[in-house]
Amino acid sequence: MILARFFAGGFRSPLVIAGMLIILALAVLVPVLNMAVPAGSPFHMPDYLVPLIGKYLCYALLALALDLVWGFCGILSLGHAAFFALGGYAMGMYLMRQIGTRGVYGNPLLPDFMVFLNWKELPWYWFGFDNFAFAMLMVVLVPGLLALVFGWFAFRSRVTGVYLSIITQAMTFALMLAFFRNEMGFGGNNGLTDFKDIVGFDIAAQSTRIGLFVISAAALIIGLIITSAVINSKYGKILAAVRDAESRTRFLGYRPENIKLIAFVLSAVVAGIAGALYVPQVGIINPGEFEPANSIEVVVWTAVGGRGTLVGPIAGAFLVNAGKSWFTGVLPEYWLFALGGLFIFVTLFMPKGIMGLLGLARRRRPSPVDEMSSDARADIATNPAEQEQ
Amino acid sequence: MSKATSILYLDGVSVSFDGFKAINNLSLTLDPGEMRAIIGPNGAGKTTMMDIITGKTRPDEGEVFFNGTIDLTRHDEAEIAMFGIGRKFQKPTVFESQTVEDNLLLSLKGERRGFPALFYRKSKDDAAEIDEILGTIRLEARRKDLAANLSHGQKQWLEIGMLLAQDPKVLLVDEPVAGMTDAETEETARLLKEIAKTHSVIVVEHDMHFVRELGVKVTCLHEGSVLAEGTLDHVSADKRVIEVYLGR
Repeated sequence: MILARFFAGGFRSPLVIAGMLIILALAVLVPVLNMAVPAGSPFHMPDYLVPLIGKYLCYALLALALDLVWGFCGILSLGHAAFFALGGYAMGMYLMRQIGTRGVYGNPLLPDFMVFLNWKELPWYWFGFDNFAFAMLMVVLVPGLLALVFGWFAFRSRVTGVYLSIITQAMTFALMLAFFRNEMGFGGNNGLTDFKDIVGFDIAAQSTRIGLFVISAAALIIGLIITSAVINSKYGKILAAVRDAESRTRFLGYRPENIKLIAFVLSAVVAGIAGALYVPQVGIINPGEFEPANSIEVVVWTAVGGRGTLVGPIAGAFLVNAGKSWFTGVLPEYWLFALGGLFIFVTLFMPKGIMGLLGLARRRRPSPVDEMSSDARADIATNPAEQEQ
Repeated sequence: MSKATSILYLDGVSVSFDGFKAINNLSLTLDPGEMRAIIGPNGAGKTTMMDIITGKTRPDEGEVFFNGTIDLTRHDEAEIAMFGIGRKFQKPTVFESQTVEDNLLLSLKGERRGFPALFYRKSKDDAAEIDEILGTIRLEARRKDLAANLSHGQKQWLEIGMLLAQDPKVLLVDEPVAGMTDAETEETARLLKEIAKTHSVIVVEHDMHFVRELGVKVTCLHEGSVLAEGTLDHVSADKRVIEVYLGR
């Protein structure tokens, strides 16, 4: 009952509904065009495109997670890829243990890289990952717990603004260095790869890929419904109040650190789920996913789409990544310049991103979401003192 | 006046920032139901005093008690707000990106934790209370407007309304009429007198006409301590007050 009312909050904005319908259409069209349309037809979707678009869906979910804390609570996390990668590693560990005796060394218990390192037994933290349910629990628990502990300390010490961004960046960098080490037991430099199957299905089979694609689309729609419900609830209003005037909320009796912590943990969990869906589709997870630049890219997608809107980050993730796929094919060495230029351009000339352009088109009826994001930005621009308090 | 019967009791409070004594051996007592006006030149410590009462600043020494029993120096902002001390800031601070109605909703007394707020549904009582406050602050017609679009005076009233929604026992009101037109100032005096019937109030204000309008006991602060206290006529006749504040 309460939950039904909670989720009803997700169906208020026409833009969100439109976004959900587009993702739904994608979830139906891609499998149909790939499986049912014969290979010779111009409408046939080549096999390689399915996991590629599936990957974009995971990125979109990650951008949505970042937007929940950045757009709606003003926490600019430059370490969100860490939560994504941790979810990915949890999934990767499950997939490694599914390989069993099919590895190069044929060891039934130890993954190849452990045999190679002359390890005799499975480290304790690998126990349980042969069980799918346990691994899925870890997908949400590990990023969630890290966010809980990290956020608890950071928000309690009233670290905000650029300082918080810097320590989130440090967090992901530290994790990257740790995961690079062979002694950590996560495959070091090479990460986890050579996956064979997932819950009994061959991971390379096209039908499995379609299945993963549909699940990713479903996860993105559910993520959209949940975040929409959250920001439309009274909690969402408190969150925006904390973003706009944190110290004021204290004098109303709120504890901004706890309010922020809820959003931060929820966001990390969603990012973890996105990472877990990403790994079986790309077939590998390595410490490179923790790279600080990855987290910054997520910020670019969100800014390009329009932060503080729900559909914006999803659109941004798709467009920037599609652009990246195309650009790295044509002029690979210049992609980073293009990305940096895009970020500068968007920040200077399109502060509300693509969603801001949509807002311009229907200026006579400005949506409250557009107003909100512009005010928040103005607040940050004109009132740094408020941020530091 | 004694600590036990007071609603707010400050005794021998001092605080310094980098060697500068912002508050110097300040003592002040507010009775339940009383309204008090605080005047004084810039830098007299008026805002710092409010910071100390609301837990934003810890005093170096001295006692600060609420209701005669609660030691405010041992609690933080959120706890003090929950005891029933509400504060209106000098610069109007309303939540600009939200509607007038939602500003009041966020201020309504009650649950302050995040999780219950996820599943909150506006009750009849809450809606009725918001309506009542909107009537008191005369912003019914603007309830659906964003707070950012209000005039300066209306923002001040909205913030007073947010204070009322908190239903505090003591209201600390910092310069409520700064930047207001004469008509708005009069309206604010009416509003505050109305509120003072059921609450204890401390008003910090520079506008002497407004203070006269309120017609309450006045405390003049200077360099962090009390210079004079009494009726406005008594205080404004004080030689030292004239010298440091009112001007000759």
